[in-house]
Amino acid sequence: MAAIRLARPGANPKGLPMQRPHPELPSSDKRWKIINTTMRRAGYAEHALIEALHGVQDAFGFLDEQAMSFVAESLDLPLSKVYGVATFYHLFQLKPQGRHTCVVCTGTACYIKGAGALVEGIEERYGVQPGGTTDDKALSVMAARCVGVCGLAPAAVVDGTLLGKLTPPKLLERIAQEIAE
Amino acid sequence: MNVEDLEHLAEQYRAEGAAQTREVRVCAATSCRSGGALLVFDALTEVQQASGPAHCKVKEVGCMGLCSAGPLVAVADRDAGLTDVDLYQEVKPEDAADIIASVDGAPVERLRHPTDNPFFARQQLIVREQCGVIDPDSAKGYIAAGGYLAMVKALTEMTPAEVIAEVTTSGLRGRGGGGYPTGLKWSTVAKTPGAQKYVICNADEGDPGAFMDRAIIESDPHRVLEGMAIAAYAVGADKGFIYVRAEYPLAVERLKTAIRKAKRTGFLGHHICETQFSFDVEIRLGAGAFVCGEETALMGSIEGGRGNPMPRPPYPAESGLWGQPTLINNVETFGNIAPIINRGGDWFASIGTERSKGTKVFALAGAISNIGLIEVPMGMSLREIIEEIGGGCPGGKAFKAVQTGGPSGGCIPNDYLDIPVDYDSLKTLGTMMGSGGMIVMDETSDMVDVARFFMEFCMSESCGKCVPCRTGTQQMYALLDRLAKSQAGPADLAMLEELCEVVQATSLCGLGQTAPNPVLSTLRYFRHEYEAKING
Repeated sequence: MAAIRLARPGANPKGLPMQRPHPELPSSDKRWKIINTTMRRAGYAEHALIEALHGVQDAFGFLDEQAMSFVAESLDLPLSKVYGVATFYHLFQLKPQGRHTCVVCTGTACYIKGAGALVEGIEERYGVQPGGTTDDKALSVMAARCVGVCGLAPAAVVDGTLLGKLTPPKLLERIAQEIAE
Repeated sequence: MNVEDLEHLAEQYRAEGAAQTREVRVCAATSCRSGGALLVFDALTEVQQASGPAHCKVKEVGCMGLCSAGPLVAVADRDAGLTDVDLYQEVKPEDAADIIASVDGAPVERLRHPTDNPFFARQQLIVREQCGVIDPDSAKGYIAAGGYLAMVKALTEMTPAEVIAEVTTSGLRGRGGGGYPTGLKWSTVAKTPGAQKYVICNADEGDPGAFMDRAIIESDPHRVLEGMAIAAYAVGADKGFIYVRAEYPLAVERLKTAIRKAKRTGFLGHHICETQFSFDVEIRLGAGAFVCGEETALMGSIEGGRGNPMPRPPYPAESGLWGQPTLINNVETFGNIAPIINRGGDWFASIGTERSKGTKVFALAGAISNIGLIEVPMGMSLREIIEEIGGGCPGGKAFKAVQTGGPSGGCIPNDYLDIPVDYDSLKTLGTMMGSGGMIVMDETSDMVDVARFFMEFCMSESCGKCVPCRTGTQQMYALLDRLAKSQAGPADLAMLEELCEVVQATSLCGLGQTAPNPVLSTLRYFRHEYEAKING
């Protein structure tokens, strides 16, 4: 576990709060700069935590310990708080994702129109359930609560593209296409 | 800037586009987009530039409502409303030439969808009056259509107390599902002393099968901002947050654009329209937690923490965001504010029923012919909504039940379809208005399975803070699973009913308190389906 500063820097003798030192960027990877900018814009305030984690996930695809420690130090929060928030929200992933993602909508309308068959179809073909990633890291499967396109139920999002009025063969064909590319 | 100045500005904006008397409107909201609406838009633009008449403009608009027939394109006169158009359904890029050719001639019959059918004719539009008509990314378009007039009127001609009085007179109740009187909420926040007050717009539309708020934001984002600004003026706040789901990327983009343009044109930010009033809005993204739709959990999330609900009281109106007095309303509630200020509370109160005023936007989904968004006056019967506007169940299947209120609501069977829809009537049927999702189920739906589906949802979305919800939903799910698999006995059913009562009575927040509702309501109307699955 990375070292976490436990004591907050105290006030200087004149009673003025000291400038809080911000941690070094974990590496020269430019993505850290973007994340740091997000936090700086919010004045490194505690309420920037979720936004910062969104930033990390957008940049790296998931949240690892290094990233969480960096965010924790930057915002002067205990790592436990960052971890608590990261695990509370379904959208944050703590493990690396596959090269392609398929999010099956399992909202009520999609459920009534056969979202279950889509999930089963994927499981049969790729052997993964929602929340899982194939062993070769080609595909991650997720379930969404509702993507809000009930008019096109059942729907899924494959690599960011929303697809509607799906059947298991149609969805599997699309996934195979994405993986082949 | 006063009302006359703004009217003058709107006149000026209208004159700028006066040469283009005809419009081709392409729905560019999420649903039509995933059907290929942007390709249609590009094709139409190309044909228009190459060979279309100069007085015709191709523009992106928001949701027209009939999502199941998308991508939708409408050809209309410049000032025509949503239904006064030639509406084309399931349009493909190849159809572009025919549509552009029809701008001044006869409509393209093979694509045409009538707008005089009940789906359009029976609606009454207040919140959605500009949805599918104006370009959501254009502040000019909003102003030309009379936008920000209500805000300027409130700021320059009304005191905060007068604004609250107007909202109170209107009888508007919270559209997020609770139905709390909006005027009363506003006056509580206004009366509570506090150095810093906040206004929050709850756009964390978590109920599966509900997409009203997404469509409103994607179609008319400035209206939501205007409603928030009026509210902020009324309660004395200068800072606002919109908490929106990360699952709605287009809505987030539209909001960002709208906030940027409103600030640039002086309708948000410091000294709005040269008055003493300042109001700034920030967007906060959710991260996939249903419980964050609950107001105390939502505020916890804005503060950057876990979305754990807190016991109420204190209510947010007294101690909300960072302990300050906070006004939280839903997207649709804010969408109703500008028309109320423009046309008066009495006008609004003349629509609807005795205790539920105005209109309500519903999302029709599931086993129904016309899937999409509708806005109808409160008090319309469910039968009219489902059979006439919705067109009934497709494929000649028989209607079985309609689920309202999402995972917190319940289902209503055929026998009760004639009841007028309002906050109170739905409660007597053991369900609730909720945010407005209506999922229709036909004879093929298994109600025990439906109950299990909702319980799985609540179990996985329970935040885990209080025991009855965390453990109760697990146990209820296990019982329902055994029932659905015909592995349960009579004692299990009795246990399930007892658990429902306990979880309902002892959970901390709305999620747990309402989690048993789908079970209780399916038990109430379809008990025989449960009993048929019990062996022995």
